[in-house]
Amino acid sequence: MKFLATHIFSDDLPRSRILTALLVLVLGYLFTAPFLFPGARSLNVAATIGVYLVLVGSFDLLLGYCGIVSFAHAMFYGIGAYGVAISLGKFGPSWSSLFIGAGAAMVLSTVLSILMALISLRVKAIFYTMTTMAVASAFSALVMRLNTVTGGDDGRNFSVPESLTPGFELFENEFFGTLINGKLITYYMVLFSAILLFLLMLRIVNSRFGRVLEAIRENEFRAEAIGYRTLYYKLAINTVSALIATAAGVLMALWLRYVGPQTTVGFNVMLNILLMAVIGGLGTVYGAVLGVVVFTVAENYLQLLLQKIGPLTTGVPVLEHLLQPDRWLLWFGLVFVLAVYFFPTGIVGNLREKARLRLNGEPSRPHQTV
Amino acid sequence: MSDPNNALLKLHNIHTHIGEYHILQGVEFFVPRQGVTVLLGRNGAGKSTTLRTIIGLWQASQGLVEFDGENITQMSTPDIARRGIAFVPEDMGVFANLTVQENLQLAAISGKINDSRLQWIFNLFPALEHFWLRPGGTLSGGQKQMVAIARAIIEPRKLLLIDEPTKGLAPAIVQNLAKAFRALKESSTTILLVEQNFHFVRSLGDHVVVMDSGLIVHTGPMSELSSDEALQYRLLGLQAAHV
Amino acid sequence: MSLNNKPMALQSLQGRWTDFAPMILVTMIALFAWPLIGSMSTWATLTVAGLAMGMMLFIMASGLTLVFGLMDVLNLGHAAFVAVGAYVAASLAGVLSVLLKSSTGVEAVAGMALVALGAMITTALLGLLFERFFIRPVYGNHLKQILITIGAMIIIEQLVLALWGAQQMMLPLPEAVRGTLVIGEVAVERYRLVAVVLGLLLYLGLLMVFNFTRIGMLIRAGVENRDMVEAMGYRIQRVFVAVFAAGAALAGLGGAMWGFYREQFTAAIGADLLVQMLIIVVIGGLGSVRGCFFGALLLALIQNYVNFLIPDFAMVSNISVMVAVLLWRPSGLYAPGR
Repeated sequence: MKFLATHIFSDDLPRSRILTALLVLVLGYLFTAPFLFPGARSLNVAATIGVYLVLVGSFDLLLGYCGIVSFAHAMFYGIGAYGVAISLGKFGPSWSSLFIGAGAAMVLSTVLSILMALISLRVKAIFYTMTTMAVASAFSALVMRLNTVTGGDDGRNFSVPESLTPGFELFENEFFGTLINGKLITYYMVLFSAILLFLLMLRIVNSRFGRVLEAIRENEFRAEAIGYRTLYYKLAINTVSALIATAAGVLMALWLRYVGPQTTVGFNVMLNILLMAVIGGLGTVYGAVLGVVVFTVAENYLQLLLQKIGPLTTGVPVLEHLLQPDRWLLWFGLVFVLAVYFFPTGIVGNLREKARLRLNGEPSRPHQTV
Repeated sequence: MSDPNNALLKLHNIHTHIGEYHILQGVEFFVPRQGVTVLLGRNGAGKSTTLRTIIGLWQASQGLVEFDGENITQMSTPDIARRGIAFVPEDMGVFANLTVQENLQLAAISGKINDSRLQWIFNLFPALEHFWLRPGGTLSGGQKQMVAIARAIIEPRKLLLIDEPTKGLAPAIVQNLAKAFRALKESSTTILLVEQNFHFVRSLGDHVVVMDSGLIVHTGPMSELSSDEALQYRLLGLQAAHV
Repeated sequence: MSLNNKPMALQSLQGRWTDFAPMILVTMIALFAWPLIGSMSTWATLTVAGLAMGMMLFIMASGLTLVFGLMDVLNLGHAAFVAVGAYVAASLAGVLSVLLKSSTGVEAVAGMALVALGAMITTALLGLLFERFFIRPVYGNHLKQILITIGAMIIIEQLVLALWGAQQMMLPLPEAVRGTLVIGEVAVERYRLVAVVLGLLLYLGLLMVFNFTRIGMLIRAGVENRDMVEAMGYRIQRVFVAVFAAGAALAGLGGAMWGFYREQFTAAIGADLLVQMLIIVVIGGLGSVRGCFFGALLLALIQNYVNFLIPDFAMVSNISVMVAVLLWRPSGLYAPGR
């Protein structure tokens, strides 16, 4: 057990029984989804959760641990996705072209994140945020513009290596009522990769590197004075975060066998990442898990809820429009704003706080995340 | 004059925290009406924090600040200022983007500068007329100090809070300031003067309060402190001047 | 001798109006583009279009830079005011269609003015509410401001969709105002000229308020040193709220104007411009109205020219301008507050 705690989870345990329970539940769901909830749609939800875990977690590396707001995160995600898509489209559906695409995407992400960091990390934080916004928007425009390669607004489909296609069958017989086909293989590949990346993030955060990052977030001046070259650290975390996001993009592209601006580089994707990170809890890698799950649940079930309640208010002038299922984001936005006010540490922070209170009887020292 | 009950300003057990730091740890003193009360102490003793707590820029976490019989501890800075307190901070706070004239016009809350009052100020600081129209950012330290003090007195106030006016100024200008303060004393304004320069204040001050590490370590008439070299050494680390 | 009687105007002119570099820069760029473009009429069209766009962006972004410079508040939800302004304008245009459809230029313009006024009042009120509920609780915390104001933008955009629906909104330009003005071989759209003139008037008006009025003085001082202004007895908080509302009103005006320009738009009309507004605020210098003005003109002009001359560069033109300006003057065209 100790081995598990130290070496796998890098000593960063959930530290709350409720949280642990929730995490186990989520993990269990993810592992068994293909068998318990078969069907393209629900499997898609599960895969999306897996990928977003990684995407939002890497975003939290920047925001929660470093206090850096980057609106270019979705861009790196998109780079990974498009890299794979273009490569598989151009060079044919083989494993080598997959790796070429992913590799090229990683290189591009590295270069871009270093450039952006060099330009604007020297100046005020606000300028960096705006720069990321501008760069991301330029990249979106670029994607739209090069529509022969990227498929423009509609995006493009592409084929994946044979063993990952739905047509490929590993075993003839069904297993627990489900066919072991390429889709399933892809799912578990995505899931395992996501878990590996997640554990990697835990390790980074809990390493000496991660401690220095926290010091920089608390008081950059002091960290610099002690002797840490903060610029290099910030550069490093920017690049690491971008690369993980790129990896998430690769996974998503493999799963969907499709890329498009709406699902990758659109501003709405970036917003969703932000919402998920904040609600889950900034500065806690586990927060990403809960944030993603809460958001996904909300997206699906809030719409259902609104579909039920909405019709009850037909005729009431304003209310009926507010309760349309399409307006679920309105209510989620409200929850988000309230969350930032009252629960700045997010769900995870709150659960950990409750656990701490139960154990020690006294609240923790204020941990400045937001 | 040193009757605590008739004091213009009273601080009772004032604690001020800045972030995690407990700067003022139970400050307790009073400022008698009229005359100059000097707040002395080393660097970091908490003198500036005391002034900023009085004017409300820092919120006291505990304790009572009473001004002219009124509890101003929880009041907002503008409300406190309007009760008749003027503040000259350590960095003087002269607006760089406004001309000297605009600085003074802004300081005159009533909206108009009183001509005779302005004349009186020009008498105190004759040089002020020469850079009347220059932006605050182009002034030297001494000039800024004159503007900062002029701003504080452009309209009558009950209490002036002045933070280290002589810091970084040339001796000639310091002498000029001393003259101005003496003239101010004669108007019925009360002054609470924070200083590190004991020699500047020894003849100027009437009442003295000495601070160390967030607490008051001595209060009393200035005459007492200025005549007792041993006390000076103990409180301020000042060696006797060898004539 | 009393120096009190000299008009403030003359006095404040000293030492503050000497920085003409940005203005020269904008002029040079426009002139430089002329030979590159070749034809006079094309150049004129592009330039006026660029200026008009720039003016509208300036109007929209001026509130953003003021609020940031004065209150140190980063309001990413500013775009919401633009959208609300455009939508309210569209609705009012329906109500006032009689005026707007009139064949007389005067009546049509009056109608547009009323529409714009209505948009401004609505967004000003919205601004007051916004400040109270989304800004005041997070003063001083930039990170929370970014998060909250984005959340606020989402909420307002959804409200707009809920109240008006998800369809395209129409805000047709009145017939009487349409058309082009022909000077020699140059044809300029009338509405664009109106936009340029309006922007210019607004700019000069703002400058006059800042430099020649007491409240302007207060704002300039407050941008520089809020504590000192409060210590002088001014409840600068109220001024801030008023400035916020004014900024929102300006964004609403910009939204209305932009709505007439586009004639067709969706709820994303504000968000689409957010990045440009942020770039303008950054290159202009936070809190500087002058910087915002020239920054907006610079961005819009260059965008137009590049779009025509080297279309492939169009999407990086904005970022390139930002990087170039920041390399020249790291704090923006004008240091904060001037």
